[in-house]
Amino acid sequence: MIVTVASGKGGTGKTTVATSLACAISDSVHLLDCDVEEPNVHIFLHPKIQYQETVYTMVPEVDQERCNGCRKCVDICRFSAITVVGQKLLTFPELCHGCVGCMVVCPENAITEGGREVGKFEIGQRGAIRFGHGLLRIGEAMAPPLIRKVREQIDDKGITIIDAPPGTSCPVITAMRGVDFVLLVTEPTPFGLHDLKLAVEAVIKLGIPCGIVINRSDLGDNGVQDYAQQQGIPVLMEIPFSREIARNYSKGRILAEQSPKWREKFAGLYEKIKICAAC
Amino acid sequence: MKIAVTSTGTDLQSAMDPRFGRARYILIVDTETMEVEVMDNEKNVQSFKGAGIQAATAVADMGAEVLLTGYCGPNAFKTLNAGGIKVVQDVAGTVQVAVANFTNGNLTYSEEPNREGHW
Repeated sequence: MIVTVASGKGGTGKTTVATSLACAISDSVHLLDCDVEEPNVHIFLHPKIQYQETVYTMVPEVDQERCNGCRKCVDICRFSAITVVGQKLLTFPELCHGCVGCMVVCPENAITEGGREVGKFEIGQRGAIRFGHGLLRIGEAMAPPLIRKVREQIDDKGITIIDAPPGTSCPVITAMRGVDFVLLVTEPTPFGLHDLKLAVEAVIKLGIPCGIVINRSDLGDNGVQDYAQQQGIPVLMEIPFSREIARNYSKGRILAEQSPKWREKFAGLYEKIKICAAC
Repeated sequence: MKIAVTSTGTDLQSAMDPRFGRARYILIVDTETMEVEVMDNEKNVQSFKGAGIQAATAVADMGAEVLLTGYCGPNAFKTLNAGGIKVVQDVAGTVQVAVANFTNGNLTYSEEPNREGHW
């Protein structure tokens, strides 16, 4: 069972929910932080890091001597990462998405596989929780190759919770694709609702069942509740706005470890997810 | 000599388009005969990435030796360089006046792009 915790809007409580969910599940669980641009799960979990590896993405390396100027590589590249100007084969590695199309179509074998560092991934452990996250190299714009690498750490057995980046762009899709359930964390404000709708559209396109957690649920308006009802998406949990929760968060404490009450609530949330994912 | 000028329209009286990669038209002007070849750049105006690289490749294919434009980014500049095309940036006004200024020697070639890359 793989559950991705996502949200359209940032700062709604994805990490609060993801860490608490992982802590409340009594079986062994994987907790993967796929928000590789700003990973923060480790700040709450304090895992012992056992392994680190540098991750590279493919970029084309060209042999000018072999190029016959046919431009098949130029035609296949959707990102203008390679061009032939005059007699010169020119590459723009920062635009390359690493699809290896140029390598495949080149009839002269003028293009070989080079690598660019996109970041690092780390694996660690705390108690029954197996932890993994990615750290995008500063200055790197391409998060998906690193997110895929973090997700490769999942074995088929057991439960995996993925903390996704905010938004609905490529990194988010990479963190959601192929999972069993998406938990969308939102807040009951016009901003929260606006971005929730975008996230729901993406999840529907991917064909994944989803449910909603409303954070700071006693603020704002009824827009999110009305929308959820209208769309037939279950609201699986509500977390009220509370000074105590905020204070503990600011001290890096996990909500489910603050009181048995919250642990039970998150254990109950996982039971609901299991039912919804089976539908 | 053929020179490329970014333009909002298809003739010499048109105002220049300050953008290079996403210029509406690029006019290839023969400085001896003042004959104009029109390159419709619509495809690059709409492209979501690499407009400068594509436009620079196209300008090189048209056989231009010089480009007159407003702004040019680093990827376009690199591509134009590789194609042996000299670049003059911060040029404005009509295409005709720009070409006249160039042939009279009033314009100086740019050493580096005057715009940063963007995502």
